[in-house]
Amino acid sequence: MRTLGGVLGIFGGSALLMGYLSLIVLIPIAAVAAHGLGITVHTNGWGLAFWHWTGTTDFSAFWTNVTNATALRAIWLSIWLSLAVAAVNAVLGVVIALVLVRDTFPGKRLLEGVIDLPFALPTIVAGVVIVYLYGQASPVHVNLYETWMGLFVALLFVTLPFSVRAVQPVLESFDGQAEDASRSLGAGGIRTFTSVLLPSLLPAILTGFGLAFARAIGEFGSISLISGGLGRTTPASAYIYNLFSDGIPYYSAAAAVSVALLVISLFLLASTGFASTRVQRRLSQ
Amino acid sequence: MTTSVIAPVAEPVRNRETNTRRRLPLRLIAVVYVALLIGLPVGFLFGKAFGLGIGTFWRQITEPGALDALELSAKVAAIVVPVNTVVGIGAGLLLARRRFPGKRLLDLTFDVPIAISPIIIGLSLFLAYSRIGAFGPWLFKHGFMLVFSVPGIVLATMAVSLPYVLRSIVPVLVEIGETQEQAARTLGAGMWRRLFTITLPAIRWALLYGIALTLARTLGEFGAVLIVSGNVTDKTQTLPIYIYDAWDQVPTNDAGAFAGAVLLAVISIAVLVVLSILRARERRLRVDIA
Repeated sequence: MRTLGGVLGIFGGSALLMGYLSLIVLIPIAAVAAHGLGITVHTNGWGLAFWHWTGTTDFSAFWTNVTNATALRAIWLSIWLSLAVAAVNAVLGVVIALVLVRDTFPGKRLLEGVIDLPFALPTIVAGVVIVYLYGQASPVHVNLYETWMGLFVALLFVTLPFSVRAVQPVLESFDGQAEDASRSLGAGGIRTFTSVLLPSLLPAILTGFGLAFARAIGEFGSISLISGGLGRTTPASAYIYNLFSDGIPYYSAAAAVSVALLVISLFLLASTGFASTRVQRRLSQ
Repeated sequence: MTTSVIAPVAEPVRNRETNTRRRLPLRLIAVVYVALLIGLPVGFLFGKAFGLGIGTFWRQITEPGALDALELSAKVAAIVVPVNTVVGIGAGLLLARRRFPGKRLLDLTFDVPIAISPIIIGLSLFLAYSRIGAFGPWLFKHGFMLVFSVPGIVLATMAVSLPYVLRSIVPVLVEIGETQEQAARTLGAGMWRRLFTITLPAIRWALLYGIALTLARTLGEFGAVLIVSGNVTDKTQTLPIYIYDAWDQVPTNDAGAFAGAVLLAVISIAVLVVLSILRARERRLRVDIA
């Protein structure tokens, strides 16, 4: 039984919530899609009066904006770097999670705490640290300024927590009986890992891969300094920022590349999610 | 169907030494990788900061530009954190307790800001609310200047720190269930009384966890704020923008960039420590960064 006041309260609350989400998420995303896809909305002086607008679309501009050589190079750099980073950290994420869950040694708690640092550290701090450590005046004599390796190291740094923390809770929920059985049947450590542990960890590994990829492909702060000003080391996010900085004539190009980037990361998140549920279903059969 | 009785299997006695030998390579890989990838840069940051000396650090932090940036960052956090906490609690209660059409959509909307690039968030806010956007001319005519100004920074920060409170409290809200609240209702407690005497105390650690995450993200946001702020020196610089600007100057203001970075790093490490204390208190909390 609900009072009228309670029902009104829930309605009012939901309306406020939707208004807030529209203001900070939905309207802006619609705006970037409209600009990117060349949809122009004319409000002829009526401000927010939606019933008065007329629209025109121009998809050919979108197509040129994302398929010209500079844009393609930036998008392609982002894609392969993010895939590579997500793959490397998927492997090492499993190793680190295994060590954190199964192993005990002095200093393990420090390791556990350090893993989260890239998540808590503001990306510009990571950017500053990386450009001074691996930049032109590198104290360890590793100059990665304006190289893809510099971007690679920065992205490995910011995505590691995602890869570890996606796998760790799943590993914690295993009791290790299946592994013991496998070992007692004579399988070695590697065989036990590939035929017992890995299949049941696969959904979590895929999830971590998707999260790390999504984070890497959108990353800006940590790579913005080390990437420098060269075209061949400008990933998509920095390219969008450069277009934006060039002024009004380039806003629609910036929006177009943003739309392309959104589609790519949504596609990858959806496919890793799909693969993860499929593997999970096959496992539970 | 037959019922099988599974005999309890004795815990296999493992040889400690073979175990250690088997684990050693993995342990070595994990420790070396984390030390090189994370330990080295973070150690370098603090080493360099100590190299500068406390005096230099203090001088850099108390520069007028740095102080202005610090003040703006604090102001933005003072607006964004309470708003997103209230929104997170409200939305968390809705998502955990109610069924309604569009629930899945609401759930997804909260994840949009952290699934996409901060640069795209900044650009989308700019395109929606600047003078060239669909609403821009109208907003401008009525005196709302949402971009290249503090309100723009607040909006961008609200967007990027949106889901943390919600994602921290929902699992706990689902687990504690509604029985206590219903008991209080039958005893005549009103909605607000139930919220403040039952629900909020029950989720307090998760709530603090979410607030700490929101604060960390709020103070550290860079990409989205960079676009909407327009980077007018001393007027619309948050601490991360100040750091970027110090590095971007010719010649680079190394000491300024480092001092700012160290300050932000110290704050985020403090937040991490708070988070791990909260995790120890509330086992349902995970490092849920997704």
